[in-house]
Amino acid sequence: MNPTEPSEGRASDRGVQKHVLNRIDDKTVGELREIAARYPHKRSGLLPMLHLVQSAQGRITPEGIETCAEILELTSAEVSGVATFYTMYKRRPVGDFHVGVCVNTLCAVMGGDEIYDRLSEHLGCGNDETAERREGDTATVSLERIECNAACDYAPVAMVNWEFMDNQTPQSAKDLVDDLRAGKEVHSTRGPRLVTWREAERVIAGFNDDLANEGPSAGPASLVGRNIARERGWTAPGVPASNEQKGEGE
Amino acid sequence: MSDMLTPVLTDNWGDERSWTIEAYEAQGGYRALSKALAMSQDDVIAAVKDSGLRGRGGAGFPTGMKWGFIPQDNPNPKYLVVNADESEPGTCKDIPLMMASPHTLIEGVIISAYAIRANHAFIYVRGEVLHVIRRLQHAVKEAYLAGHLGKNIHGSGHDLELVVHAGAGAYICGEETALLDSLEGRRGQPRLRPPFPAVAGLYASPTVINNVESIASVPSIIEHGPDWFSSMGTERSKGYGIFSLSGHVTNPGQFEAPLGITLRELIDLAGGMRNGHKLKFWTPGGSSTGILTDEHLDVPLDFEAVAEAGSMLGTRALQIFDETTCVVRATLRWTEFYKHESCGKCTPCREGTWWLVQSLAKLEKGEGTEADLDVVLDQCDNILGRSFCALADGAVGPITSSIQYFRDEYIAHLTHGGCPHDPAASTLFAPAGASA
Ligand SMILES: Cc1cc2nc3c(=O)[nH]c(=O)nc-3n(C[C@H](O)[C@H](O)[C@H](O)COP(=O)(O)O)c2cc1C
Ligand code: SF4
Ligand code: FES
Repeated sequence: MNPTEPSEGRASDRGVQKHVLNRIDDKTVGELREIAARYPHKRSGLLPMLHLVQSAQGRITPEGIETCAEILELTSAEVSGVATFYTMYKRRPVGDFHVGVCVNTLCAVMGGDEIYDRLSEHLGCGNDETAERREGDTATVSLERIECNAACDYAPVAMVNWEFMDNQTPQSAKDLVDDLRAGKEVHSTRGPRLVTWREAERVIAGFNDDLANEGPSAGPASLVGRNIARERGWTAPGVPASNEQKGEGE
Repeated sequence: MSDMLTPVLTDNWGDERSWTIEAYEAQGGYRALSKALAMSQDDVIAAVKDSGLRGRGGAGFPTGMKWGFIPQDNPNPKYLVVNADESEPGTCKDIPLMMASPHTLIEGVIISAYAIRANHAFIYVRGEVLHVIRRLQHAVKEAYLAGHLGKNIHGSGHDLELVVHAGAGAYICGEETALLDSLEGRRGQPRLRPPFPAVAGLYASPTVINNVESIASVPSIIEHGPDWFSSMGTERSKGYGIFSLSGHVTNPGQFEAPLGITLRELIDLAGGMRNGHKLKFWTPGGSSTGILTDEHLDVPLDFEAVAEAGSMLGTRALQIFDETTCVVRATLRWTEFYKHESCGKCTPCREGTWWLVQSLAKLEKGEGTEADLDVVLDQCDNILGRSFCALADGAVGPITSSIQYFRDEYIAHLTHGGCPHDPAASTLFAPAGASA
C-alpha cells in the first residue's frame, strides 16, 4: 500500500500525479465555466465541475474547490460540503485504474466477497487504497468496495473506472489487474477499451470522447428474455413478430 | 391474453448499433414524436392517463395524473427531470435500456416535455456508468442534429433543451427531492413535502420527475394508443414492464412481460434454479421491498398482489437466492448498505441504521440471545414511519421480513455460535460438493 496524504503541493511519484503544481490551468477554468453555463442556474453545474476537477487534478484539490467556488459565487466551505457528500469524489489520488468490486448482497453472495478478498491480498492493499507500483508496472491500480452498480444480472460484478467488468471470478479479477498494471489494452465486457480514471472523469463531466460507438448494444444477460420471445414468436399485441435474428449476442 | 413475454422496450436491444439514431429510426423510432407533436398537449397527457401507466421507479404513482398536477397557470418555467439514478440494490433495467437504446428514452423525454410544456429537461444519471453516459451524450447530440431537440422542434413551436447530468455516487439521490437538491448543486438530501415537486421542484418551479422506464414507455403509448397499452397487465397494474432476474437462476437477465407474470413463470424462462438448487428467498422489487419465499411463487407480480403478500412490486428487481444462502448474512449486508447511504438528515435513520448494523452483526456472529431479536424488531419499529424519507422504511424491510420468515435461522446462528452456512457454497464458482 502507498499511503498518500492530501497534502498540498506535494507531487506524488505515481503516474496519475504528473502535476507538481496544483494550479488549475486556464483551459480547465474555461471548461468549468462552460459546464456552469449549461444550466439555467449555474450552481447546478457543481457536480460535473467537481468531476472535471478530478480529471484535471487527479482528485478534489483545495485549488479545485476554490476555483469552483469562485465561478459559482459560493464559499469554499459550501463547495467542500458538497464534495464530501458524494463517494465518487476522492480526496486522495486513486490509481490510473480504479477497480471497484461490488459487495452488495447479491454480488457478495455470488462471489463478490471472495473476489474482493483475493484481490485485496493480491494487490496488498485495502479498501480505498492504491496498490504499490512495482518495478516495470506502467500503470497503478486502486481498490474500492462498491455498492450495487445496476448490473446484478452479471454478478459477480467489478467496475474499472466505472466501466462494466461482468461475471468475474477471483482468477479473472487477478488477471485483470495484472494486465492493467502491465499496460496491456483491456476492454470492458460491455464497452470500449478502458481509459484512465482521469479520462473517464472528463467524460462524466460532460466532455464526450469518441468511444460511444464501441462495444456491443447489450451484454448477453440483457437479451435473455428478448431472445426467448423471438424464438417462440412472442410479441406485444399487434406488433408483428420480427423474424430477423440480427444483431449481437444472439 | 397477451403472450408471456412482450418485448417493447427491450425489442431492439440486440440490433446492430441499436444505440444510434439511424438504427432507432430504421425500426420506427421518432414516429411517435411526429404523432405527438400533431396532438394537443392535453391530449398527450390524456393518452398517458388513459393507458394506466404507473411509475416504474418503485412507487407506482399514475404517470398521467402526475403530469396533470403541473399548474399550467404558474408563471415559472416547467421542468422535466428523468430519474436515471438506478441504485436500488437488485435494480438493473434502466442502465441496459440507456446503453442499448438511449433514443427510446430521449423520444420519451421530448414527448413528455411537450405534454407538460417544459422547455428544459434533464437526465440525472448515476455517475458510475461511464459507457451509458457516453451513449446518452452521443444520442442527445444526434437528436439535436436531427432537429428533434432545440428550438421550434419540427415546426411545432415547441423548444426543448436536454442536458445529461451525471451524479457522483449517492443512493439517496434516487429519492426524487434529494435528486432535485443534488441537481441544484447541493448535498443530496430529501426535502420536506409539501410543497410537492409538481408545484415547487427544480429551482422552486413546477417539475415532473419520472423514472427512465416510465418515460421510455411513453412513445409506445402514443404510437399504439392507450388501449393497446392497457390491454396488457392486470386490473389496476396495466401494461408491460421489465423484470430483472438476478442471482441463483440458470440464466439471469431481463424479461419484459405484462405486469402480473409470476416468479414461477420467470424462473422457468430463466432456465430454472441453478443446478439442483432450491429457491429459498427473493426480493420482488429491490432490497427495499421485504423478502418473500417459495410460498409466493405464484403471486401475480403487480402492484396490488405483491402488496397483499406483504411486500412491494418496487422496481421488479427479482434477486433470487437458493438454499445455500444465509439470510442473516444477506440482511446484514443490506443493512450495512442503508447505514452507509443514510444521508444523515434525520436521527431515526442516521442513528437507527447504525444500531441495526451493530445488532445484526452480533447476531450473525452468534452472540446474544433470542431476546436480541426482539430488540432488533423494536429498533425497526422506532425507524419505520418515523423518518424523513422512504430510505429508512426500505432499510427495515429486509430485516422485519427475514425475521418473519426465517426466525429459526437467526436462532440457529445463536445455537451454532455463528453462521451455519458455508459462504463458498453460494458462490458461482462453488467447489464441487460444497453445500449449505
Ligand atoms: C431512497 C430512494 C431511492 C430511490 N431511487 C430511485 C432510483 O434510483 N430511480 C428511480 O426512478 N426512482 C427512485 N426512487 C423513487 C423516486 O423517489 C420517485 O418515486 C420516482 O423517480 C418517480 O418516478 P416514477 O413515478 O416514474 O416511478 C427512490 C426512492 C427512494 C426513497
Ligand atoms: S430517512 Fe435517512 S436518508 Fe431519508 S432523510 Fe432521514 S437520514 Fe436521510
Ligand atoms: S448487487 Fe452487485 S451489481 Fe447489483
